[in-house]
Amino acid sequence: MTDTAHTTELKDENVVATSPWREMATMFVRNYAAVAGLVLLTLIILFAFVGPLIHPVDPFEMVWAPFTTPMQDGFILGTDYLGRDILAAMMVGGQVSMAIGLSAALVSVTIGVSVGAFAGYYGGLIEELLMRFTEFFQVLPTLLFSMVIVALFGASLLTVTLAIGVVSWTAVARVTRSEFLRIREMEYVAAARSGSARDLYLIFNVILPNALPPIVVQANLMVGSAILFEAALSFLGLSDPNVISWGQVIGSNRPYILDAGFAVAIPGFAIFLTVLAISLVGDGLNDALNPKLRQR
Amino acid sequence: MGFGQILAKRVGYGLVLLIAVVVLNFTLITIAPGDVADAIAGDMGGADASVLVEIRQRYGLDQPFMSQLWRYLSSVAVMDLGYSYFYNTSVTELILQRLPATLLLIFSSQILAISVGVLLGVMAARKPNSLVNLCVTFLSLFGFAAPVFWTGILLIILFVSVHPVFPVGGMMNAALIDASFFEQSINIAYHLVLPMVTLASIYLALYSRLTRASMQEVLGSDYIRTARAKGLRENKVFYKHALKNSLGPLVTVAGLQFSAVMSGAVVVEAVFNWPGLGTLALQAILARDTPTIMGILFFSSLVVIVVNIFTDLVLRMIDPRIRAE
Repeated sequence: MTDTAHTTELKDENVVATSPWREMATMFVRNYAAVAGLVLLTLIILFAFVGPLIHPVDPFEMVWAPFTTPMQDGFILGTDYLGRDILAAMMVGGQVSMAIGLSAALVSVTIGVSVGAFAGYYGGLIEELLMRFTEFFQVLPTLLFSMVIVALFGASLLTVTLAIGVVSWTAVARVTRSEFLRIREMEYVAAARSGSARDLYLIFNVILPNALPPIVVQANLMVGSAILFEAALSFLGLSDPNVISWGQVIGSNRPYILDAGFAVAIPGFAIFLTVLAISLVGDGLNDALNPKLRQR
Repeated sequence: MGFGQILAKRVGYGLVLLIAVVVLNFTLITIAPGDVADAIAGDMGGADASVLVEIRQRYGLDQPFMSQLWRYLSSVAVMDLGYSYFYNTSVTELILQRLPATLLLIFSSQILAISVGVLLGVMAARKPNSLVNLCVTFLSLFGFAAPVFWTGILLIILFVSVHPVFPVGGMMNAALIDASFFEQSINIAYHLVLPMVTLASIYLALYSRLTRASMQEVLGSDYIRTARAKGLRENKVFYKHALKNSLGPLVTVAGLQFSAVMSGAVVVEAVFNWPGLGTLALQAILARDTPTIMGILFFSSLVVIVVNIFTDLVLRMIDPRIRAE
């Protein structure tokens, strides 16, 4: 039913869509906010990864008097409490924040998809047990729990990433499970099964590709919330002291907010822009992947 | 199933979850490198091996894992969470001292977020082309993307540094320790404004967007058309028929979000030096005061479980369809 509604609409607007992905891209581009988000995200990525080539300053090194205000003495974003260049810290910190966001999201998507897929595919006792397990992680106070993990096992990029991933997979698991519950009843799954396909093949090669759209949307949002999560952890002082991230710049300059608010406001703004861009892209993806929702 | 039966089932299940939380925390803390003895020795400025052995004996750390776990579980069962060597008092007492501040922050910010959020959501759903609708869209983007500590710091810069209106942090002026209850309450409320608004900002965005979405959905349903067709006034249709039925998703999400609200509270407490569980947790974690850390994890999970049970019951009360199942 959805499919017919879909094609008529496309015909009305004279869009030639050859493949579902092409069709999706068309929808996506039509959503201006999503495109704006994508452009913004590209600029931020360029800033973090290409920026240091244009502005090669060591973000750990004291280069000028502390608390130089932005645009003064040639420091576009000023210097922090140790006289370190904030612009350089923003670039390098951006790399770290985005890398942690991506890898933590990857961890949580991997856990969430596996738990949700097995629960939804097998049903019965396995589903019951796996969903109880998910519920258990839902009642854990997420931030406190990851603070404890990071503190106990030492603050390194690995522990921070795992600590974030381990507490934030429950939403992915629920989405995956409900998609699997729906799709496993479809005729093409029955057809594949009658061709004596094995369970793992059915799960990962038949059902999962068709369950991907809502998972992709959720995973995208996950990257944003993982960046926020990492920022909160480093703001509280629970991050790798040898690595600069946006949250870490905020945390270390926090005692001086009344003297030099910019040192805290700027990295916060960077986090805000990044997560905003990611969620705009996410909204666009959601609209593009769920044509039914667009009518609202 | 009767109401009492459901309640009993939920509480029983909650207890199982709670025990699982305790077991997980205990296991993590046991397998982590370093223990209480190392922490105490570190505080003393180092100790030799015999002293370490003695400390481990005194705290029962030389016992096998299962018997330590059993001992901890059975003392938690009678609400004895152990003794904090860092604060030199019982952990239960310490937590009960700090819990009210956190609950005050959480509930006041939730009440603010829900009331303003529902109001904005309803206004936006009523006039889809209005300024309010646009505001809700922007607000929901901002609420998700802005790190909560950043919002808090911006508020501090604005209202403490630029326009000094509010205090920079803390919960009450120390000078008021002997003042009347009324005077103290006023002072606490004054200190509460910025932290409350900061924590509410995230959820205000969420609730307004959610109310708008579920109002829009309900407004498209048949019984609303019927209500309009029989000539009910628009206000009545809106507030009596539509709003009441669109509150279900809001209650569900508010309940599910509670664990996230507690996380937000930890950060907000750190920004404003609010003397609640969050600041206690941070201090305890930095001091490696494991009994206190475990106690706080236990208490926060307990609060989340209780709130979840409560949400479930409220949902059953406002939505007869759930009761029928």
